[in-house]
Amino acid sequence: MSQINRLSGGLIDRTQTLDFRFDGKSYQGHPGDTLASALLANGVRLMGRSFKYHRPRGPISSGSEEPNAIVELRTGARQEPNTRATTAELFEGLEAKSQNRWPSLAFDAMGINDRLSPFFAAGFYYKTFMWPKAFWEKLYEPLIRRAAGLGSLSKEADPDIYDKGFLHCDLLIIGAGPAGLAAALTAGRAGADVILADEDFLMGGRLNAETFALGDDGGAQWAAATVAELASLPNVRLMPRTTVLGAFDHGIYGALERNADHIALPAAGKPRQTLWRIYTRRSLLCAGATERPIAFDNNDRPGIMLAGAMRAYANRWAATPDRKVAIFTNNDDGHRTAIDLIAGGVSVAAVIDTRPDAPRLADCELLAGAHVVDSKGRLGLRFVTVRLTDGSSRPMEVGALGVSGGWNPNVHLTCHHRGRPAWDGALAAFVPGAELPRGMSVAGAAKGAFSTAAALASGAAGAVAALADLGVKARAVKLPEAEDVPVNLTPFWYVKGASRAWIDPQNDVTVKDVKLAHQEGYRSVEHLKRYTTLGMATDQGKTANIGGLAVMAEMTGKSIPETGTTIYRPPYSPVPIAAFAGRSAGKDFRPTRLTPSHKWAAEQGAVFVEVGMWLRAQWFPRPGETHWRQSVDREVLATRKSVGICDVTTLGKIDVQGTDAAEFLNRVYVNAFAKLAVGKVRYGLMLREDGMATDDGTPARLADDHFVMTTTTANAVSVYRHLEFCRQCLWPDMDVQLISTTEAWAQYSVAGPNARKLLQKIVDAEHDISNEAFPYMACGEVTVCGGLRARLFRISFSGELAYEIAVPTRYGDGLIRALVEAGQEFDAVVYGTEALGVMRIEKGHAAGNELNGTTTALNLGMGKMVSKKKDCIGNTLSEREGLNRDDALNLVGFRPVHRNEVFAAGSHLINTGDEANAANDQGYLTSVAFSPNLGHTIGLGFLKNGAARLGEVMRAVNPVQDAEISVEVVSPHFIDPEGERLRA
Amino acid sequence: MHSLASITPLGHAEPRVVTLGSVRIAEVADRALASVTCRFGREKPFRAAARTLFGTALPEPGKSVAGPVYSLFWTGPDQWFAEAPEASHEDIARIIKEGLGDNASVTEQSGGWARFDLSGAGVVDMLERLAPAPSRRMQTGDATRTAIEHLGCFLICRTAGERFSVIGPRSSAASLHHALCAAAASVA
Repeated sequence: MSQINRLSGGLIDRTQTLDFRFDGKSYQGHPGDTLASALLANGVRLMGRSFKYHRPRGPISSGSEEPNAIVELRTGARQEPNTRATTAELFEGLEAKSQNRWPSLAFDAMGINDRLSPFFAAGFYYKTFMWPKAFWEKLYEPLIRRAAGLGSLSKEADPDIYDKGFLHCDLLIIGAGPAGLAAALTAGRAGADVILADEDFLMGGRLNAETFALGDDGGAQWAAATVAELASLPNVRLMPRTTVLGAFDHGIYGALERNADHIALPAAGKPRQTLWRIYTRRSLLCAGATERPIAFDNNDRPGIMLAGAMRAYANRWAATPDRKVAIFTNNDDGHRTAIDLIAGGVSVAAVIDTRPDAPRLADCELLAGAHVVDSKGRLGLRFVTVRLTDGSSRPMEVGALGVSGGWNPNVHLTCHHRGRPAWDGALAAFVPGAELPRGMSVAGAAKGAFSTAAALASGAAGAVAALADLGVKARAVKLPEAEDVPVNLTPFWYVKGASRAWIDPQNDVTVKDVKLAHQEGYRSVEHLKRYTTLGMATDQGKTANIGGLAVMAEMTGKSIPETGTTIYRPPYSPVPIAAFAGRSAGKDFRPTRLTPSHKWAAEQGAVFVEVGMWLRAQWFPRPGETHWRQSVDREVLATRKSVGICDVTTLGKIDVQGTDAAEFLNRVYVNAFAKLAVGKVRYGLMLREDGMATDDGTPARLADDHFVMTTTTANAVSVYRHLEFCRQCLWPDMDVQLISTTEAWAQYSVAGPNARKLLQKIVDAEHDISNEAFPYMACGEVTVCGGLRARLFRISFSGELAYEIAVPTRYGDGLIRALVEAGQEFDAVVYGTEALGVMRIEKGHAAGNELNGTTTALNLGMGKMVSKKKDCIGNTLSEREGLNRDDALNLVGFRPVHRNEVFAAGSHLINTGDEANAANDQGYLTSVAFSPNLGHTIGLGFLKNGAARLGEVMRAVNPVQDAEISVEVVSPHFIDPEGERLRA
Repeated sequence: MHSLASITPLGHAEPRVVTLGSVRIAEVADRALASVTCRFGREKPFRAAARTLFGTALPEPGKSVAGPVYSLFWTGPDQWFAEAPEASHEDIARIIKEGLGDNASVTEQSGGWARFDLSGAGVVDMLERLAPAPSRRMQTGDATRTAIEHLGCFLICRTAGERFSVIGPRSSAASLHHALCAAAASVA
C-alpha cells in the first residue's frame, strides 16, 4: 500500500506524483515533499543507524537541525553522504540510501555495538586503546573508523559546477518566517535594497506548519501572498533554498544557495550551488527557533520526534509517522500538536505533560504531572511507558511520540563574532546577547518573540529601526491579526533516573555520558563537548546542546547560564567543500599567465613549466630527443656556439619616472644610480631593511627622469609593492611615479656570438648597434622590422654577447617568428628556462636560489657594491658584525673531483675528515646543473670564507639521499670569467 | 609600415565575440591605452594641460569620462588611464607625453591589458558571479578596480545595468575570458 500515512490537506501538489527510491525500494511522493515527509507518508519511520551504537533511527525534526535521518543522496559520482532527509527536496527519480549500516538498515550487524554499550561510554577510545602505542595508527584507528562513521564517498570527481558570487544590499533579512516576511514587506515597500534569504524551498517558516489564522487567511496563504508581493518589488531579492551560513567582518555574510539540488541534474553549464558573499549595510536575523527534546530512556526510537516537527509534517506535508500517537511536553505548545493531529484524523492516545497543573487544551486524555520513562519497539516505536503522578506505570501502545521541551531561539549567527547569548528565565532558553555583530539586529522567535503576532510586530519594527539607522524612513505596514498566546512552560530536561537517555542522538551521547564526564572531572562545557563529542558533527548539536548543558548544570550545582554555552561558529549548516572552491577547481584552480611567444611555443611542442602563474617554455624538444637533457644540452651548446633566443617577458618591468627617479633608485638599490648616463643600464642589488639581499635587476636609464627597472620573475609583485611603500610612506615628497609595464612589452633575449648579426637583420638599419655604437650595458629606443617601436638593452644573463629586445606585446608573436626566421642562417635555437638556468650557473650569476632571503651582498660576492657614499635601504643593518665575520659565507663554484660524479643542490659542505653533522657544516650548494660545455656537473654554493678557499677539496654530503662525493672549490664563473664574450 | 603582425590578447588575428544567452562578450583590440600620472607638485598645470589635450576634465575617483577622442578612467591617486583609437594613437604614450610635458609621467599600457566589453540583459547577473564590485548599483560612468578570477581588473560601467567593460591583465586574457564565459553560461 502506498502512502499509508498520508493525511488530507497540506502544501503538496497532489496533481503530480513523484517516484523515488530509498534503499532500493520504490515509493511515491508529491512536489512539495521532502524525502523525510514522503517516507513518513509511505509508513517508513526507520531512516538510519546511529553513529556509535548503530541504533535504529528516524527523523526527529522537519528541518536542518536534523541529527538522525542522515542519508546518502543520488548515485555514481553525484553520490553525496550525510545529507538530511528532512531538507532534501523530493524530485522524480531521487535515489537515497541509508548509511552506517551493514548489511541492511533493518538488520545491521554492527548493532552488536549497542549490546556492548557499557564499554562504549564517553572516553572509551581514549581509555582503551592506549597500548601498545604503535597499534593506534595501524590497527585501532582504522578498525574504529570502519565501524563508526557516517556516509561514504563516491571517490569520483564531482561532476557538478559550483559558482561563487557577490551581492550588495541595504538590509539582509535572514529567515522568511513571520518576522522575516513582515520585515521584508516593511523594508521593501520603503524602497530599500533588500535580500530575503531562507534555507527552505518554501518561504513562510512556521506559517506553513501551523493552522492558525492571520487575519482572514491561513498563515500559509498570508505567507504566499506576501512572497508574491515581495517578488513584484524590483528592490527585493528573494533567495529561497539559501542558507546564510555565517556572519563575517564588516557586515559580510556567507550564504549557500542550492540552485539545482531539487532537480535530478543541473542544466548544462549551470551551477549546482552558489556560495554568495553578501555585503550588507544592516542585517536582521529572523532565524526562528528550534524545538528541544526531553530525554528519557530509549528516547531515540524511530517514531519519537519533536512535537513541532510532527505538527509540521501533518499540516504542511500531510504526513504522519503513525496513525496513533502520543505527546510528551512540558509546555502549552506541545498541546497544539495534539489539537492539529486530532483535526487531521490521527488518534492521539494522550498528552503527557510534566506539569502537575497542565491545562487541558486538546480533545484527548491529559496525563498531567506524568512522564514518559521508557519506550519499546525494535525498529520503531511500539509502546511508551508512562509513569503517572502516583508512581505507577502505564504502557501505552503508540507508533509515534511528539516531544516538546520548549523552544530555543536560533542565536547562532548572533554569536559568530564571539558574542555570548543571554539567558531568558521565562523561556528557559538562551536569547541573543547584547553584543551582536555590527549592523545586526534580531527579530521574531530568534529573539524570543514566540507568538505569531509578536514575531510579525518585531520583524516590522526591526526593519523600521534598521532603515532609520541608514537614514531611510520606513512606514510601518499594516499587519494581520494573529495569535498571541504567551509561552507557558516549566523547564524539564530529562527524566530522573534515566541513563540510556539520548541527549545528542547524532553522536550517541546519553545523560549517562554527561554524568560520567562530570565524574571524571570535566567541568567546562568546551571540555564536555570534546570528551563526549556532544554537539559535534553535521547538526552541531542544534537540538542537543541545551540538554547537555542542563545535565552538566545539575551535576555542578550551577545554573544553565552559569554553565555557559560552547562557541558558535560558521557554517550554520554543512557546506560542500566544492562550494568553497567554486570555479577554482582542476586546471582552473587559478588563472595562468601566458607569455607573448606562448602560441608559437605551443606550436613547437614546447614543454611548459609553471613559474608563479606564468607558463614558461622549459625546453623545446626536437624529433629524436627522448630525454629532457638532450633538448637542454642542445639549446645551451647552440646558444654558446652561435645564437639562442629566449622569451624573458616574465621578468618584472617597473617604469620609474619623475625628477627624483634617479635618487629614488639610489635609495632602493645598494649601488649608485644618480650618475648613470642616459642610454645605459646598470646591474642593481636591492636589500631588505635587515640587510639581506632581496632582489636584483637591471635598471635602464631612458631619460634623465625616466628609468625602466627589471625584477626577477618571482619577485615582480613584491618588489613593486615594496617600491610603492617606499614612495608613498617613506618618501612621500619625492617626485617619482611608478607603474608596472611587465605585460606591456614582449621581451626576448638574443644571446650568443651571432646575436648582433641576427639582430642587425631585425633592427632597422638607421640604428647602429655595433659594439662601438652600442656597447655592453647600452640601452635605447630603436625601430625593428621596418618601423615598429622597440627598446633594446645590451645585457646578458648567459654570459654571452647578448641583447634583450622589447616590442609592444601584441607584436611579440610576430617578433619571435621574425627572430626565428632571421636566425635560420645562424642555426639559431629558441631556448627555455632550463637552458637559461644552465647558462647562468655556468656564468656564475646569482638567481632565486642564491637570493634566498638569508644571504647578504657580501655572501653573494657583491659586498663592495654596497656604496658607503650614500644611504640605501638595508645599508646600515648590512654592517652588522655578525654578517661581516671573516668566515662569512661566500658564493663560490664547485665541481666533482671525479668528473663523472654528480651532486645535488641542497647538499651540505663538510671538510674532508670531519664527521658530517651540523656542527661541522661549512655551507651548502644552492644551484647545480650539468654543463654541456664542460661535460660535467657544476654547482654554485655558499662556503665559509669560500673566496679564500679556491682549490680546496671538500665533501658534498646529501643525507636525504644518502649520497656523498668529493668536490673541488672553484671560481663561480665557469665560463668566460673575464667577461670577454659579453663585451665582444 | 613595419612587417610584424599583431595578435589580440586571446591570441588571434581578429577579436573574439561570444554570445551566451543574453550576454555578449566582445574582445576589444582596437584601443590604445596609456597611464597618465600627475607629477609631484604639478597638479594645477597638469590639470590644465590635461583638459586641453583630452578635451574634458579628468574623472573623479571611481569615475570615467569620455572626451572627443580619449576616454579616461581614474585608477589611483593622481593616476588615470587614457584610451584612444589605436588606428590614430598607436604611439599613444608619446602623443600624450608631448601634450602634457613635464607635468606628467606617461607609460604605454596598450599591451598590458585585455579589454572585454560585456552587454545584454544578464550582464549584471553575470558580473555578480565574478566580482565583489557592486555592479548592480554602478551608474553610467562609474569605474572601479576589482578582482575577477583572482586578477586585478578595472570594471567600467558604460551604461548602467547594460554595458560594462572589463579591463584585465593581458597575459591572463585566456583565463579571464574563460571566467567571463563560465559566468555568462551560468546565468544564460
